[in-house]
Amino acid sequence: MNLYPAAVEEMARALYIRALKQLPDDVKQGIERLRAEEGHAGARRVLDTMIHNIEVAEDTRNLLCQDTGLPIYNVLIGRDVVFDGVDIKDAITTGCRRATHEHPLRSSVVHPLTRLNDHTSTGRRVPVIHFDFDDAPERVRIEMIPKGSGSENGSWLRMCLPAEGVDAIKTFVIDRVLEAGGKVCPPTIVGVGIGGTSDLCMHLAKVAATRPLGSTCADEEGARLEQALGAAVNALGIGPQGLGGDATAFAVHVETAATHITLNPVAVNIQCHSARRASATLTPDGIAFGF
Amino acid sequence: MAHFELNTPVPEAQIRALRLCDTISLSGSLFGIRDATQIHLFDRGRETRFDLAGHAVIHTAPNVRRVPRCPEYPAGYAPVCIGTTTSARMERFTRPLLGQYGVRMIIGKGGLLRDSLQAFAELGGVYLAIVGGTAALETTWIEAIEDVDLDDLNPESLWRFRVRDFGPLMVAMDSHGGSLYDQVRDDAAARREAALATMGVHT
Repeated sequence: MNLYPAAVEEMARALYIRALKQLPDDVKQGIERLRAEEGHAGARRVLDTMIHNIEVAEDTRNLLCQDTGLPIYNVLIGRDVVFDGVDIKDAITTGCRRATHEHPLRSSVVHPLTRLNDHTSTGRRVPVIHFDFDDAPERVRIEMIPKGSGSENGSWLRMCLPAEGVDAIKTFVIDRVLEAGGKVCPPTIVGVGIGGTSDLCMHLAKVAATRPLGSTCADEEGARLEQALGAAVNALGIGPQGLGGDATAFAVHVETAATHITLNPVAVNIQCHSARRASATLTPDGIAFGF
Repeated sequence: MAHFELNTPVPEAQIRALRLCDTISLSGSLFGIRDATQIHLFDRGRETRFDLAGHAVIHTAPNVRRVPRCPEYPAGYAPVCIGTTTSARMERFTRPLLGQYGVRMIIGKGGLLRDSLQAFAELGGVYLAIVGGTAALETTWIEAIEDVDLDDLNPESLWRFRVRDFGPLMVAMDSHGGSLYDQVRDDAAARREAALATMGVHT
């Protein structure tokens, strides 16, 4: 199967707009579940407003949140797919720019030093594009994540020492959630990266924060930690918007990687309640959109 | 807890009457500001032709569409999606907003910090919490983009919106030293040890 840049550009354009307008079903169900379990009246009102907003966005075909985020594209390519990687990267960038002009969307992307915004939602090394490969013969999956800044500012890395053990990891996560308070638009998905190098650890935290609700860590120890941290985080009482309540996080997601004998890194990356993502799968039969 | 329907501009006495957890709906003018707006106003010496005295500002950078000026779109912009950003990044601008411009209400999400709370008490101001991330709904409370200043900073320009029944907003920081965020944070900090203990971590 050939992967043509024109098809990828169209997918990249459509996915940015779709992701901003339609919340994944697992997240919608997550908010409903938290609403049903919430014990604080004020927090229930906040969750009701969030549910109302999802309905208004769908009815009016408007964006869920004004923050169009830093655009991230995760591209998963099957083994019998023929493509030119440079052309595909260009096509994704062009699709992202076109979405910004044609919708139009607010460009949330600026130069890091001059702070100038050229109103394209793109710039040097942005959109963030990750390529990965799998066994599926004739299939390409592109996932788009518009990562909002309120929650992206809730990102931390600590290079703990091996002697500090798992306790340091647990304490770091709890303290970062306390520090984030309402700034990260709770209820959140708390993404935790453990192990690897500093850069891989931070990347894993992002992977964890953007994983679908209901999924569990493939590492058994990581999955156990997800359960324990999830309960502990919600015992803090920070609540939706940091105004108090039970619903501080939908879940804590953990991703792990092997690490060096002298390292014990832990990273936290938070996803806000509007946990947006969209995906498109291209096969010889055509394009199917989903989450 | 009481509910107030306020028309802007609002006199100081009305602001002083507001208490934590009261709810507010606003009608009239509402000014949109953000990081770059305030960096230019307060750090780079730029000025605005708008009179903000007695008014509310909202921490936002909207999605807009450029359109020809007409009675419906007097500023040449149509709203696409307008919502609220995290306030704490802009903490250091609270005092000059109140002191130099006479702003009385700051609308945002996530709360402001200690210096803002003191500024609210000294100068007569409140922080009104909106539910962050609910911009589609918020956009329905905005009737028009009436005017815009510092337009070169788009989307972080100084926007003047016309609003009707904007809210409900909750008084989350009042002019009497009350902060709902401080209360929640102190309560959460008091639960920290117990939360860690559930995972076998003893401090």
